[in-house]
This record gives sequence, structure tokens and C-alpha cells, in this order.
Amino acid sequence: MKIAVLVKQTPDTETKANLGAQGLETTGLKFILNPYDEFAVEEAIQLRDKLKGEAVVVSLGPDRVVDAMRTALAMGCDTGIHIKVSEDELKKLDSFTVAKALASALKQKGPFDLILAGKQAIDDDALAVPQMVAEFLELPRVTVVTKLEMSADAKSAKLRRAVEGGAEEVIEVTLPVLVAAHKGINTPRYASLPGIMKAKQKKVELIELAALGLSSNDAKVTYEKFELPPEKAPGKIFKGSPQELAEQIVQHLRNEAKVI
Amino acid sequence: MTKALVLVELKNGNAKKSSLESIHALASQGVEVDAIAFGPDTTGNKDKVAKAVGGQGAKKLLIADSADLKFYQPDIFTATIAATFKAGGYQILAGSASSLVKDLFPTIAVRLDAGLAPDCVAIKIEGASLSAKRPMLAGKYFATLKFKAFPAVVSLRPNVLTIGADSGQSAQIVATPPSGSIRAKTLEVSGAAGNSRPDLTEAERIMSAGRAIKEAANFKIIEECADVIGAAVGASRAAVDAGMAPHAMQVGQTGKTVNPNLYIACGISGAIQHLAGMKTSKVIVAINTDPEAPIFQKADYGAVGDLFAVVPELTKEFKKLLSAG
Repeated sequence: MKIAVLVKQTPDTETKANLGAQGLETTGLKFILNPYDEFAVEEAIQLRDKLKGEAVVVSLGPDRVVDAMRTALAMGCDTGIHIKVSEDELKKLDSFTVAKALASALKQKGPFDLILAGKQAIDDDALAVPQMVAEFLELPRVTVVTKLEMSADAKSAKLRRAVEGGAEEVIEVTLPVLVAAHKGINTPRYASLPGIMKAKQKKVELIELAALGLSSNDAKVTYEKFELPPEKAPGKIFKGSPQELAEQIVQHLRNEAKVI
Repeated sequence: MTKALVLVELKNGNAKKSSLESIHALASQGVEVDAIAFGPDTTGNKDKVAKAVGGQGAKKLLIADSADLKFYQPDIFTATIAATFKAGGYQILAGSASSLVKDLFPTIAVRLDAGLAPDCVAIKIEGASLSAKRPMLAGKYFATLKFKAFPAVVSLRPNVLTIGADSGQSAQIVATPPSGSIRAKTLEVSGAAGNSRPDLTEAERIMSAGRAIKEAANFKIIEECADVIGAAVGASRAAVDAGMAPHAMQVGQTGKTVNPNLYIACGISGAIQHLAGMKTSKVIVAINTDPEAPIFQKADYGAVGDLFAVVPELTKEFKKLLSAG
């Protein structure tokens, strides 16, 4: 089975937002492998181990994104494909163009039986690129997946995806398919020390975005303006007996905040 | 004139309020809006839904009904909406950023060769230009997106925009045959039965508990209070990881992002991952024994006390208030 895992390098959760004319200032930021992508990487490795074949990690961005790819390679992916763009160019790309580039690279290096991705990236929270990649490849896709069960012949899969109200949809699909993983699908492993050493030797192929015939001119939307949320005025803190506290809360919710 | 198609979702046979928010957002800016709804749910409720969407300014209600659409089928929804969009000469596709729309719209955007602005909190149409504002990095900052050209695909975060006064108009009902063939087939939906509480992502009020709740059974005191005010019930990651609540209840990063009018955090310290998922709530109440807990910095109203003592009193006070009217 040939598996591709799409990963994104994102700023760490604890990041403080320093804004410039082009959005988040990336200098000095700590970057990580997008947390949801860890689930995709883990699923890819488990399936590769079970069904044999290979797991290829794919990422788009400046040279720094190779660090996130090395994490995936240290966890157990076999090789990597790095679609390179400059930091400035990256800021001008939208989901549409990123997905088109990823799909184009997958078409060149494929065909893949299974494409895995995290359901969303924690920097733009768009939940868009995986579905868009699938559509560019004319493949079915299932998102927010909490369980993936491959059939015995590995030709089809049964999946569960989380929807509103704590419910889950049960979905059946014939491969090839794109699956966007959610928390709960597995428990991602930590990269072992030998894994980290080995990852340094694994091959990462470089493709320039321009070589795929794409640039930021292909973006359908542009980011125009960036702003911090308004500062919130300090709140009121109540002290007293439980009953007094409850009275204070309810009275303020009714008379001041007017939400009850 | 700019024309928009808005996907309307139904719950218990009624158009969801969040879908109506999208109609109002566009119609109030002079856009000609039609609505489209799917599934057998629409069958007995056509007139009711036509009145709800018409009241917010939709001219037509397109209904794509088929026995095959008992469940959400992304392939059919994609093909039908894309075909309708092209045939109807629309420029904008919009809908509430529900779990269905978040799954569906990116696919349709590619099929329409259109840009996408997902989960926006504001939308502005000026002539042939559309811009929309959306939260980035879990609300740490906001970016305004501008479409280079139509068509544009936009989803709007529930509970942020308002609906307008009902105009009393009803939309004209038009049957629209579903098209496309199913590749990934939804067979069934499981697990939601028996839960009458509102969904977290669309709830106007939420009560959440953290690890201080100690065990799953103790969520009962939160639920009792939540039911009095019609709130959904959430949990912090700490409570979920400790097995006190299912992941579906988790608010915050790797859980749900919520945006209610009222968020009551009980025994939640306010880890950055939790704040990421709820800090855009309009009014935040925190109940915590630790006066230094970071949640108090985000709270409009904080009560220093034990949730086991305060929440039952809160339940009583809410009952008293609401029975008095």
C-alpha cells in the first residue's frame, strides 16, 4: 500500500501573536508539527506496518517545514516530499493554491492508495486543504475521522467521523481515498532516539512550487488586514458564601450582561 | 445584482437559526438570496422552512429531496449545489460554519474554481468585491480576506451575526433534483440519541466543568443547572483526558471551538488550550477555588468558591429567576 501523509508545520500553541503588515511575524516563532497531523502520521505508520508498502510525508513551505517532516520521518515515515516556497510567498498563498500544489505533487509521485492528513491546522483552522486536495485528485474524502477500519483485502474501508451533538457517521468507501484524521483515531507515538537518528538519513525530495506551475498569483483570496482582538476590560470577582456567590452571578447576568 | 445561494440546514424540521444568520447577512447588504435545503426532513416542513428563510429575505427555497439523502452524502451535496450554483448564475455560496458545511464547502469551492473564506465573523459586499474577517490562531488575531473575483464560497461562524426581524414573506418553493453519484457512502449516524441538549458549537449558553469535577457521575450537578437555562454541557481537556467526559464534550484546542452568549466555566483553571476554544464567548463566568486561576483573567464575572457548593446554589437561583419570568 502506498500512503501519503500531508503535514503542516504550525506555530506552537503557546505562541503570542506579533502582527506585521503580512500577518503573523514568523521570526523567532517556535514551530511544531501540527497536532492533528500527528494522528495522520501515526495512522499511516500503523497501516504501512500492517499492509507493507510505504508512507511518504508531504509538506509545503519554506525550509523550516523540513523540521516537521523530520518529526514524521522519526516517528516512522519512509521518505518525504518538500514543496518549497519562500516565507514571503507562503503568506500570499490560500488553501486553494496550497491544495492544488499538494495534489499536483501527489499526481506526479503517485498514484497513492491512501492519503492521510490532520483534519485541521491549528494556525488558520480552515479545515479546507484535505478536502480540496481530494477534489483536485477527483477522489472521495472523509474528514474528522475517529476510526479507520481497512477491509481484509485493503480495497475498501469503513470509517467513523465525528459530527455535531457527539454523534458519529459511519461511512463506507472504496480506495483510493483521502482521510482527514481527528483526535481519538489512535495515540501518536513519540519519536524514539534511534528513530530520530534514522530520520536524518531518510530521503526528502525537493520540488519548487514554480516547478508545479504555480505561484501566489493563483491564489483566489488575499489577506488584506490583520488585527488583534479588542482587549477585554477586567471582570468582577465575587467573594462570599456559595449562596451569595450564586446570587451575585445571576443578578449580574440578568441586570448587567442581560444574557439570562 | 449579486446573487447568493445559502445552504440551509434543518434540525427537527426547522431551519437552523445559524443558517438564517447567513441569509440575513447577505440579504441585508442588498444581495439577492436563494436558499437550498436537502433531505427527507424537508418533506413535511417545506412551508415552515420557506417562511423562515423568506422572513430573512430569501426569494426561493430550492429543495433537493430524495430517499437517499436520509444522511449527509457529501458527493451528492457537492454535485447538486455545484450544478445549481452554475445554472442559477450565482456569485456567492454561503452557509453557517457547521460540521457539515466545514466538510462540504472546500470541496465545492474547488469544483466551482472559487476561493474559500471559512468560519468568518464578518462579511462585507461592495459591488463585485467581497471581504470577510476570520479568526486566526484560535482567535489570537483576526485577518480580513478579500476575494480577487467571484465566485466566492463563505461560511459564517454560528452565533456571531444576528438575524433580522421577520419580514412576513415566504420563499417560493422550487423542487431541485439531486445529482451526482455516491463514492463515500454514509451508512448510518450513531450515538446522538437521547441527547436533547443543544450542540456545543451552536449553543447560545454553555456550562463546562474541569478536572475539579472529580468523576463522570458528578457531571449531573452541571447538567441540572445547564438544563434550567437551556445550556449545552462541555468539559476541559483535563476532564476528558482523565476519563470524566467523552471527547465530544471537549472545548478548546483538539476539541470544539465555541462562541456562546454565556459560558460558565466550573472548576476550570483556564489553560491556554481551553481558552483557545471559548474566549470569544460574549459573557464568561468562572467558578474556581483558586483565586489565581488564569480563567479569572478572561472572566467577566468570577466567583471564588467550590463548584460543588456554588453550582447547586446557582441552579436554585436560575430556577427562581426564570420562574419569576
